[in-house]
Amino acid sequence: MASHVHVTAKGGAQSGASSSTLAYGALVLGWLVPGAGHFLVKRPIRGLLLFLAITTMFVLGVAMQGKLYSPNTGEILNILGFIGDLGSGLLYIVAKSLDYGHLAVQVATADYGTKFAVVAGLLNFIAAIDAHNIGIGRKA
Amino acid sequence: MTFAPSHFTAVLLFATFASVVFGITQRSTAAAMVKYGLYCFVLFVVAVVGAGWAMWLIRR
Repeated sequence: MASHVHVTAKGGAQSGASSSTLAYGALVLGWLVPGAGHFLVKRPIRGLLLFLAITTMFVLGVAMQGKLYSPNTGEILNILGFIGDLGSGLLYIVAKSLDYGHLAVQVATADYGTKFAVVAGLLNFIAAIDAHNIGIGRKA
Repeated sequence: MTFAPSHFTAVLLFATFASVVFGITQRSTAAAMVKYGLYCFVLFVVAVVGAGWAMWLIRR
């Protein structure tokens, strides 16, 4: 009896550890690729919708000649803009490495494009945390 | 590739994408997600149109 309880407790601990790994994996993967965290926690439809919404928003932002912020230690709004952009994960990294995005806003809609890219990143932070919450069982 | 939407189109696009993410992340069931997403979309659009009219009135 005692050994059975011991085995059960050990199994529960292992299950908890793997659940925690899955949850943090969903958080990181969800940040790198929008919606991927939801695929990892077996919510593929939500993941697909999040991927489409966030990726399209980011791509449209770049297509609208929006600015992509670079790492900086200058104005607080520039720092926050960079943090927002970074939320898009690989989208931002790839776009920046391919030299997409303008350094300065030149047309009226480009300002909207800048906001689209930043907000896409912020929404992706929310989506990644949601995947984490599903992974730990806080949300269905 | 460039994309230059009108201001209103930009608003509709922004509201659509943000509402999809809000709906999925802030509710647990499919029905509640759709309902909350639509609610957010309407609020986004109404707020922007309202702000637009407010600016028009201030300008006069």
